[in-house]
Amino acid sequence: MKVTIDNITLEVEPGTTIMQAARMIGPEIAPPAMCYYEPLKGTGGKCRGCLVKVTAGSEKDPRPMPKLVPSCITTVQDGMIVENTINEQVLETRKGIVEFLLLNHPLDCPVCDQAGECHLQDFSFEHGVSATRTVEDRNTFDPVDLGPYIKLNMNRCILCYRCVYAADQLTEGRVHGVMHRGDHAEISTYIEKAIDNDFSGNVIDVCPVGALTDRTYRFKSRVWFSKPEDAHCDCDKCSGNVTLWYRGDEVIRVTGRKNEWGEVKEFICNTCRFERKKTSDWVIEGPTKIARHSVISANKYGANLIQPSFPIKQAALEYKLIDDDRDRSFLPARKSLPSSEKK
Amino acid sequence: MKILTEHIEVPGIETIDVFRKHGGYQAVEKALKKMTPDEVTEEVKKSGLRGRGGAGFPVGMKWSFLAKPEGVPRYLVCNADESEPGTFKDHYLMWKSPHTLIEGMIVSSFALGANTSYIYVRGELMYVIHILEKAIQEAYDKGLLGKNILGSGYDLDLYVQSGGGAYICGEETALLESLEGKRGNPRNKPPFPAVKGLWQCPTVVNNVESIAATSWIVNNGGDAYAQIGVGRSTGTKLISASGHIRKPGVYEIPLGITVEDFIYSDEWCGGIRDGHKLKAVVAGGSSVPILPAEMILTTATGEKRLMTYESLSDGGFATGTMLGSGGFIVMDETTCIVHNTLTFARFYHHESCGQCSPCREGTGWMDKVIKRIELGQGRKEDIDLLVDVAKKIEGNTICPLGDAAAWPVSAAIRHFRDEFEWHIEHPELATQPGAVYMRPGASWSN
Repeated sequence: MKVTIDNITLEVEPGTTIMQAARMIGPEIAPPAMCYYEPLKGTGGKCRGCLVKVTAGSEKDPRPMPKLVPSCITTVQDGMIVENTINEQVLETRKGIVEFLLLNHPLDCPVCDQAGECHLQDFSFEHGVSATRTVEDRNTFDPVDLGPYIKLNMNRCILCYRCVYAADQLTEGRVHGVMHRGDHAEISTYIEKAIDNDFSGNVIDVCPVGALTDRTYRFKSRVWFSKPEDAHCDCDKCSGNVTLWYRGDEVIRVTGRKNEWGEVKEFICNTCRFERKKTSDWVIEGPTKIARHSVISANKYGANLIQPSFPIKQAALEYKLIDDDRDRSFLPARKSLPSSEKK
Repeated sequence: MKILTEHIEVPGIETIDVFRKHGGYQAVEKALKKMTPDEVTEEVKKSGLRGRGGAGFPVGMKWSFLAKPEGVPRYLVCNADESEPGTFKDHYLMWKSPHTLIEGMIVSSFALGANTSYIYVRGELMYVIHILEKAIQEAYDKGLLGKNILGSGYDLDLYVQSGGGAYICGEETALLESLEGKRGNPRNKPPFPAVKGLWQCPTVVNNVESIAATSWIVNNGGDAYAQIGVGRSTGTKLISASGHIRKPGVYEIPLGITVEDFIYSDEWCGGIRDGHKLKAVVAGGSSVPILPAEMILTTATGEKRLMTYESLSDGGFATGTMLGSGGFIVMDETTCIVHNTLTFARFYHHESCGQCSPCREGTGWMDKVIKRIELGQGRKEDIDLLVDVAKKIEGNTICPLGDAAAWPVSAAIRHFRDEFEWHIEHPELATQPGAVYMRPGASWSN
C-alpha cells in the first residue's frame, strides 16, 4: 500500500495507521501522541494532538476527508495523501490543543518530577504558543496516594486514559478508572482503594505527564541529573529488562525500557521497580540510548553524543555576530583577563 | 395530517386493547405475515424518512448499511435518551402512547433481522420506563413479542434499559457503551455501529420518532409517506415548542409549513405571548445555531422559511440553522441572549464526557468566559476569544457534542455581537436584574 505523508511516499502493510506510517519516516514527520500508546490496546483518539489532514482518501476515492482525522487510529488506504507538518490548519489546530491541555494544567514544572521527560512539555514546546489567553481559575484537586508506591496528582492529568488501559490490561481486578465527567473528571480508584498488584507500577511509566509518579523517587533528583543504564535480572514475574537511573553510584529509580517514542517495550513488575534498588541486584548492560532530543542527553552523560542541530548552531552564530557588534564604548575600559581565565 | 399522534388523546390508548381498537399492531401483522424484511426496508427507503434524532440521516439508507455476516446477531437499539434542552417530543410519545413505539420496534427489528432489541430511556424518565415495561408485558401476553410472533416464526425480545443521567449517552456509540454496562464514553468512528456496535455486533441505533413512524409506513406504503412534506423532507415531524409562545407543547406538523405559520397560527404555537415581539428562535434543540427573528422567518434570498431540513439550513450557518431534533425555543425581546448562551454553555460544560481534550477543556473555558461577561467582568478580547475557542472545538472532537457546544456560542456572537459588547462596555447596566440590551431604534413592546 502506498501512502504519502508530507510529500514523502512510502510502502506500508495494510492495516497500518497513519501514525505508524509517519513514525517509519521519522520524528520530524510523526505527529505528537499524548494519549496513543502502541503497546496498549484501544488507546488513542482522545487527545486530538495527532490530528492530520487527509487531502486524498485513497486511490479509488481521492476526495479529501471533510474533517481532520486522528492519525493514531486512522488506517492507511492505498494512495492516501496526508498532510501533517505542512498544513496550516493542522498546525493551527494543534496550537489550540496545546492551549486546551494547558488550560487546567498547573504548569508547576519546576517542582514536578516528570519535568525533563514530560510529553506535555515537549508537545507545548514544539507546538504551543508562549502566551496564555485565559484569566480563569484552574480546576484543582488534592493529590492522593494510590497505595504505598504511587502518587496521583490529578491537577497535572490530561486524561489520556493510558493508565486506565494499562491497569485494565496488565493487572487483574478493575479498581482504576475515571470518575465524573468533563473537566471535573478524575482518575481514581474504586472508593480510594489502594492499588495493590504486581504490575500496578506501570501506570507511572505510561503517564505522559507528572500525574502519576513514583513515591520512592519523588523529589530525589531532577531527571537530567541522573544517568540511565540498561540492566536486567532474573525475575520470575516479568522479563527483568529495565533501565536503572543512577545518581552517582546510587540507583534512585527503576523504570521500564522505553523506545524512541517514549513507549515502554516490556512492562516490568513492582518488585523490580520499587524494591531492587541496589546495583548488586542487577546485571548492567551499558548506557541507555536516549534517542529523543531529550534534556536527559544534555547532562554530562552522553553530552558528546548530541550534535547541535541547525537552529541551535545558527542561533549561537547569530548571537555572536550581534554580540560582536554591540557598542561597548559606554563601559569602562576593561583590563585584559589574566591568562589563567582565558580559555 | 397526523401520523404518530392521531389517537394520542384517546383515553386508555396506553393499553393494548384500546390501541388495537384504533388500528394498532396492524403493521406487525402485515409485515410479519405478508412481507419479507427486505420489502419492509424497501418501503422505508421509498418513504424518504429521515432520522428524527437530529442529524436527519435517511433511515432506510442507515438500515441498508447494516452488515449482515452469518452467525452474528444483529441488534436494533432505540435511542430514547432524549436530553437536549428544548426537546421533549419522545418523552411525550412514549408516555402517552407506548405501543406506538413498541409496534415500530417490532416492525423495524423484523426488517433488520434483529432478535433482540433495546429501548434505552434516559434515567430521569423513570415513570415512562414503568409505562413502557407495562406495555411490553401486554405485548408479550398477546403474543406480539417473544417466540414465534403471530405464528410467523419470527422471534423478538424487547428490553427497556434506563440510562444513568448523562446527556452524552444520547450519542449513539456512548449509548452502546452505556448499554454494555460501561462508562458512557463515545467510541472512535470508524468502525460505525452498523459494522461493530453493541457487543461488537452490527447494530442500528434509531430515534424513537423514526422507529414509531415505520409502522405507518408499513401500513400505508412508503409512497404515501413521501407524499407528505416538501422535497427530501418527507412525512411529519414532532416539534417540541417552548418559550415565549401562547401555546407551548408538542405538535406534529407535516414538514413544509412555513415557520411563520408555525409560530403565529392558532393551530400551532398561537403567536408570541401578549404584548411582546419575536426576538430569536432556536429551531432544533439547544445545539443548533440561534437565529434572530428576521432570519428565521425568511431566508437570505427573501423566501419564506419552511419547517424542513433544507429550508432551515438554507444559507449555511451564516444565515441558517438546522431542524435538528425539533426543539423549537422561541424568545421574545425580554430575553438576554448572553444569559441564554451562558445557560447553554453551562449545560455542555456539565455534560461533556471529558474524553477528548478540545471538548473537555473548551466547554469549561467557554462557560467561564461567558459567565464572566454576564457578571460584568468581560474584557474586550473575550468575544473574539470565544469565537476562536468555538472554532477550535468544532470538528475536532470524537463525537458531535463538541460541535453542539460550539455552535450555539458562535451563532449567538455572530448574530448578537452588539449584545455581548454592551455587556462588556456597560457592566453597570448589564448586571441590573432583568436588564436586556435593546438595539437602537427597537421598542420594548408592540
